[in-house]
Amino acid sequence: MTDKPRLLTILDIFTVISLLIAVYLVFFFAPLEAMMGAVQKVFYFHVATAWVGMLGFMVAALAGIIYLRRGELKWDVVSFSAIEISLVFFLVAIIMGSIWARPIWNTWWTWDPRLTTAAIVELIFAAYLLLRQGVDDPERRARFGAIYAIFGSISVPLTFISIRLLRTIHPVVIGNAEAAAQGGFNMDTPMRTAFFFSLFAFSVFFADLLWHRVRLGNLKNEVDILRMNAYAEED
Amino acid sequence: MRSYLNAVRAVVWKDLTAEWRTRENLTAMLVFALLTVLIFNFALELDIQAQESLSAGVLWVTFIFSGTIGLNRSMAAEKDRGCLDGLLLAPVDRSVIYFGKVIGNMIFMLLVEVIILPIYSFLFQVPVFQPGFLLVVLLGSIGYVAVGTLLATMVIQVRTRDILLPILLFPLTLPVVIAAVKASQGFLEFVPISEISTWLNLLVVYDLIFIAVAFMVFDYVVEE
Repeated sequence: MTDKPRLLTILDIFTVISLLIAVYLVFFFAPLEAMMGAVQKVFYFHVATAWVGMLGFMVAALAGIIYLRRGELKWDVVSFSAIEISLVFFLVAIIMGSIWARPIWNTWWTWDPRLTTAAIVELIFAAYLLLRQGVDDPERRARFGAIYAIFGSISVPLTFISIRLLRTIHPVVIGNAEAAAQGGFNMDTPMRTAFFFSLFAFSVFFADLLWHRVRLGNLKNEVDILRMNAYAEED
Repeated sequence: MRSYLNAVRAVVWKDLTAEWRTRENLTAMLVFALLTVLIFNFALELDIQAQESLSAGVLWVTFIFSGTIGLNRSMAAEKDRGCLDGLLLAPVDRSVIYFGKVIGNMIFMLLVEVIILPIYSFLFQVPVFQPGFLLVVLLGSIGYVAVGTLLATMVIQVRTRDILLPILLFPLTLPVVIAAVKASQGFLEFVPISEISTWLNLLVVYDLIFIAVAFMVFDYVVEE
């Protein structure tokens, strides 16, 4: 058994401080958006959580590839830890998006590319966890998980493209001239600061959670091995 | 290369012979597909106006659902009495088994489609016999079966086998479904080809990418 690394404790504290600063910047530093008012504040957390959701998905697929190449179980732990965390963050992003969409689009949900893709990603995460649950052998579970994560990471961009070819009303805030018509807006400098800091804070938050979850996964694997050895000695 | 193709042909032939003895898989797929069309007819009230916009969707849902049954059965049959282990012992590249199974499953799915399409066309007066439409059916089925065969090989090694395949397969094959439905609808409504070609491209890209990736990872699926 290993003690909690000193660096992880430092990262914990750093995460809490970053999140607090992000909250301060969003609520007190960034100005109130002229058209939408207070509900626009959701945007800073919505984009940050959605970003973390996608980041986790990419990490999971990459770790999956590395696992298939090297066959070391620690990469599998990274892969499914990232997916578990992403599942929660993406759900939060979807719910916050709905809260914003209700007053701005006058509906909780539309079948826009990003919304639909987000829903599909959640379903892929759920399917991934169901798949893992059905396999007892840890190596086979890791292999199947890795393959499904890779397939998902290829399929999701194609889903996004194909729905985008239909039509979209989701605002593209950065680099889009017609954004205002869809409920978009231009960010001024304090808004930008709050936005990018919030992205940064949530990325740190993700790294911290991932580290904790990977550590937990590795410890669990160790316990499983110890338990197996104990049974073996009894016989 | 020639021996590789011969080995693939042997796997396909084995599947076709086994199926020909009982014909239970194909019959089940076909009856299920007919029932799906029947249910849609009542659930959506497919009169002449409605079917113009809905036919493509109804047909693809029918193909996909009956395809899932076929994929599940075709791999479950390999798991029974250790057939898969026997196949894996054969001194050929593992991808031979994958491509053999894909082609076998493709043939079953296409057979069902070949029977369902005239019936549907007869019942609802839909102009399905156009080369473009048939090409969409082919491309969509390839993508669906390429991913489905790999996942089915995975699923038979899992405790919750039968229920898991659609849950794994549907979210991954969504691009195929969207593109296939849109392209089929375009052909049925005689939209100019320039407006459909994007969807055809998407189908081709999906098919190529997923066949390539499945080819690369299949070894890991059947590894012991």
